[in-house]
Amino acid sequence: MNGETPATQGFSPVLAGATARRVLTQLRHDPRTIAMLVAVPTVMMILLRYVVSDSLLLNRIAPEYIGVFPFVSMFIVAAITTQRERSSGTLERLMAMPLGKLELLAGYGIAFGLMACVQVTLALVISLTWLGVTVAGSAVPLAVVAVLDAILGMACGLFASAFARTEFQAVQFMPAFVLPQALLCGLVVSRDHMTAVLRWLSDILPLSYAVDAMQRITTAASWTSAASADVAIIVSFTVAALVGGALTLRRRTP
Amino acid sequence: MRVPGVTRQRGEGSLAGPCRSARSNLAARKPLPPRPPAWLNGRMGSAEPGDRAGTVVSGRGLVVRRGGHRVLDDLAFDLAAGKVTGLLGPSGCGKTTLMRVLVGVQTVTAGQVTVLGLPAGHPRLRARVGYATQAPAVYQDLTLDENLRYFGTVLGLRGRRLAEAIAATVARLDLGGLDRRLVGTFSGGQLARVGLAVALLGSPDLLVLDEPTVGLDPVLRRDLWALFHGLAADGTSLLVSSHVMDEAARCDNLLFMREGRFLAEAPPAEILRRTGAPDLESAFLALAVPAGQAVRQ
Repeated sequence: MNGETPATQGFSPVLAGATARRVLTQLRHDPRTIAMLVAVPTVMMILLRYVVSDSLLLNRIAPEYIGVFPFVSMFIVAAITTQRERSSGTLERLMAMPLGKLELLAGYGIAFGLMACVQVTLALVISLTWLGVTVAGSAVPLAVVAVLDAILGMACGLFASAFARTEFQAVQFMPAFVLPQALLCGLVVSRDHMTAVLRWLSDILPLSYAVDAMQRITTAASWTSAASADVAIIVSFTVAALVGGALTLRRRTP
Repeated sequence: MRVPGVTRQRGEGSLAGPCRSARSNLAARKPLPPRPPAWLNGRMGSAEPGDRAGTVVSGRGLVVRRGGHRVLDDLAFDLAAGKVTGLLGPSGCGKTTLMRVLVGVQTVTAGQVTVLGLPAGHPRLRARVGYATQAPAVYQDLTLDENLRYFGTVLGLRGRRLAEAIAATVARLDLGGLDRRLVGTFSGGQLARVGLAVALLGSPDLLVLDEPTVGLDPVLRRDLWALFHGLAADGTSLLVSSHVMDEAARCDNLLFMREGRFLAEAPPAEILRRTGAPDLESAFLALAVPAGQAVRQ
């Protein structure tokens, strides 16, 4: 009856694209969420500028915060969206349909990645112009790493949502998962000044590398191999979280 | 306690067009001479195949265990092609679990289930089996058109075929004029129809519908049953669950279920004949409660 038999093996870019479009359309129908997603990191940067009046200090820490704010907001949005997909039954419906798990996750990745680009671009442009933040090198690598940080946050949110039974739990994952990382990533106290145990903890948390990379890019005039290593770690964490997300996304459930 | 045949009017005069097979069952509701209680033997015999097209789903030794409890307890069943089979039983008896097995999203403990000639849950079945869950399971923050467009694309429809499938489904479920509205603003009856629309979108060979009519108004319920029989007449096989017994008479075949087991698997007329009950609700009670325990009150 159904003449077309869609490919069920392999990865279909069309289905990933359709999923990304669907997620973006959902966001479009919710302008307040878009406004907050785009504006909150920028507003936080403006706030930071006036809290830290010393321009030398601001130049040092502003890029780190540009790495952290999008991470946090993407974490929440991704965790809640996935949790809603589970609780509304649409995930079960999709799992009964010819949609691959990787296509679904890639769709999310594309949609939130695009949102992250907008978010980071605005925060960077405002910071580098109006707020007077200066960086040693070009702003482009800064933007790229900040977007990678946001995508890392999204991947962590997708993975964490697998362990949330309710939306309440998904929201609680934000402080539970993100705040300890924010304390340990070098934002508050330099990682070099931490005790051995804290330093060790800091070393295994992804956000530490997100902040590290932003720091290195700002202070060095050119790209360093240490920055490359940080970026490689960020990407590895992202891939691991996405694979973890795919593994926890079960077609068959008890 | 037997309730004398309540005169509910089932499936009479359908607004929504052809409802041929629905009516054929109604004749079977007249009281039948009492027979020795066949239900003492436990499960009744399988439904007569009675259909040239044969079976579209068959299960043998199906067991689903959840938390040490057998949700589905050694089930054997066959669903006839091109028929509306009703899966009836109280809430929590395992109807949804059985349906989830057929569409391939349920972890199975033991047994074999074949759907359209392939093992249940086979990737090739995912576009051929339509599934509607109890909750509408659509995106409330998308419009009707955006929902159908996305699910249609996932089902492998593209371009003109997608547009045609959407137009046909919208017309079939009488959702015209709502396509640009957010689904979250729909009424309960409209939402239920959106859930069904997604299940129908890919013109599946088998439709698995979990309580599609529960809680809807009588007119809409009658129209939906007419739609189900129209689809069956076109060759689609349907499995429709309900915990409301007065829907049983609208089905071609019945699976009576209780606590993870089948009490009966037969056409409504056959069940009435075998139990000697005045209506299907009494028949279910007669099958569910052994004679010795039947009297309370």
